[in-house]
Amino acid sequence: MSGESATRITPGNALRPEDVAERVAGGVQVGEDVGEYALRLGDDALILAQRLGWWISRAPELEEDVALGNIALDLLGHARSFLTYAGSAWGKTEDDLAYWRGESEFRSCFLVEQPNGDFGKTIARQLVFSIFQHELYSRLVDSADETIAAISAKALKEVDYHRDHAIQWTIRLGDGTEESKRRIQAGLESVWPYVAELFQDDELIERLGGVAAHPSEMRAPFDALMAQVLDEAGLELPDVQPAMTGGRGGKHSEHLGYILAEMQVIAREHPGATW
Amino acid sequence: MATKTQSPRDAQLQPVPSAEDEAGQAYFDKIIAEDSRIEPADWMPAGYRKTLTRQISQHAHSEIIGMQPEANFITRAPSLKRKAILMAKVQDEAGHGLYLYSAAETLGTPRDELFDQLLSGKAKYSSIFNYPALTWADMGAIGWLVDGAAIVNQVPLCRASYGPYGRAMVRVCKEESFHQRQGFEILLELASGTPAQKQMAQDAVNRFYAPALMMFGPNDDESPNSQQSMRWNIKRFSNDELRQRFVGMIQEQVRVLGLTLPDDEIRFNEETGKWEYGELDWNEFYEVLKGRGPCNAQRMERRREAHENGAWVREAAAAYAAKKAQKAQVA
Ligand SMILES: [Fe+2]
Ligand SMILES: [Fe+2]
Ligand SMILES: [Fe+2]
Repeated sequence: MSGESATRITPGNALRPEDVAERVAGGVQVGEDVGEYALRLGDDALILAQRLGWWISRAPELEEDVALGNIALDLLGHARSFLTYAGSAWGKTEDDLAYWRGESEFRSCFLVEQPNGDFGKTIARQLVFSIFQHELYSRLVDSADETIAAISAKALKEVDYHRDHAIQWTIRLGDGTEESKRRIQAGLESVWPYVAELFQDDELIERLGGVAAHPSEMRAPFDALMAQVLDEAGLELPDVQPAMTGGRGGKHSEHLGYILAEMQVIAREHPGATW
Repeated sequence: MATKTQSPRDAQLQPVPSAEDEAGQAYFDKIIAEDSRIEPADWMPAGYRKTLTRQISQHAHSEIIGMQPEANFITRAPSLKRKAILMAKVQDEAGHGLYLYSAAETLGTPRDELFDQLLSGKAKYSSIFNYPALTWADMGAIGWLVDGAAIVNQVPLCRASYGPYGRAMVRVCKEESFHQRQGFEILLELASGTPAQKQMAQDAVNRFYAPALMMFGPNDDESPNSQQSMRWNIKRFSNDELRQRFVGMIQEQVRVLGLTLPDDEIRFNEETGKWEYGELDWNEFYEVLKGRGPCNAQRMERRREAHENGAWVREAAAAYAAKKAQKAQVA
């Protein structure tokens, strides 16, 4: 196509956090709306990575220490890329954004802030989030914003594995023992109030047009796959009301304060230091 | 002291070597003499099997327990890049545990049994992990000194006479050198940072120096089993030889960091061609070994807790696998 830039990074070419940083250093800068959108993408990935990182050395078996560690590491990579890119809107680095913003400046959704609970709850949260994120990145691969498209293309391959991991465990736990069935079902009930927030459109999405993916359009495919997985696992679709949320606008669950306190403590003891 | 007399019962337990054993021993001796490799299906002396099972499983346990001090800092790492590197490192250690348990299993003891030995306190792991990780700089000191000492110890193990162990060590060593480098980089960054950062780095090096040196085990004259391991080509160098080599290595590197080692007796002896260092507190070493280190109880509690909390998950996975196998049989 003639209108396409020669430097277009097509899906399949990895775009690591360092590559994004290089582009930003080379003068790529985003407008505030795109920056705000990239913050949402980056914050979801960062907070979930922070949650999952806790499992490393505490998982039910060694293979899961490795698997959950892998997933956390992938998500952290997505977060670093998106936050580096978002930061270019305000002249900030990934670390400025991760360590020096307060709670109300974060744009993460309630779901990723939810505590790990037991392995059943962690898997339930993974199931919901990875199906959602897979739908999201599948669309963002075609984003009108080249950098978002490129980051998503790399991330999508990883999320494909995250989703498979969550589905396999959901089926195993659902069709394992009485106890595992009870626990994964309880996990699903516990995270379900925070599903609706993932699929809400808002003004920013409308303004961004072809840059963003419409959350509301992803609900039907999410529901279809979820129904299929729960059916195979012998689990019930939770009959739970959605909670009032507001993560995208900076209104968070009570949990975020604790997450940030832990994540930011060392960095904030040493203002201006590099690591 | 009375010499131990053999009771009739002991005598009964002494197996009479069969013709097969004699042929096996001859083959084993030949392999060792040629410095080539024993494989799982080969005949091997009971003592060789036992020594290796203990050594490899202890090494595996060390990898697993060793995840804890660093995992503590994953959620607090002060930059996202460092968080990613640390996560990858701790995850690698879980992988090392997996390779090593697999290698140990080839000697006939299943992983669950080895794991139970760890949880019951019957099996040991490296004492270094019973020291606390208190500051971010400890992530640097652990990578540089602890993984560094592990490399010095483990590179010769890549040539261990037992095939699966040697091959596992090759994979492990490749990753350990990345671990050491990331530790060194953390310290380098801190040492050239703010005064508070530099002080944090020096303090971490001060605390981990002696425990890292003790990772090589007791002095040679206190380490009777080493001789047999060396005859079997499991161990290639004595504890003291490895320790001296390590001291020389870090003495060079600490200058690049602009930090110091907390031992002013370190010097290179031109006559012997060896590095010398101050006397280590072996009393402390044995105290920690006996379970009285700052973190022994905490590390074991955490491992047991993870194991117990995960029991229902492992049961579910086993039940699911059994159901699937049954379905496949019916079909
Ligand atoms: Fe090791
Ligand atoms: Fe290791
Ligand atoms: Fe290591």
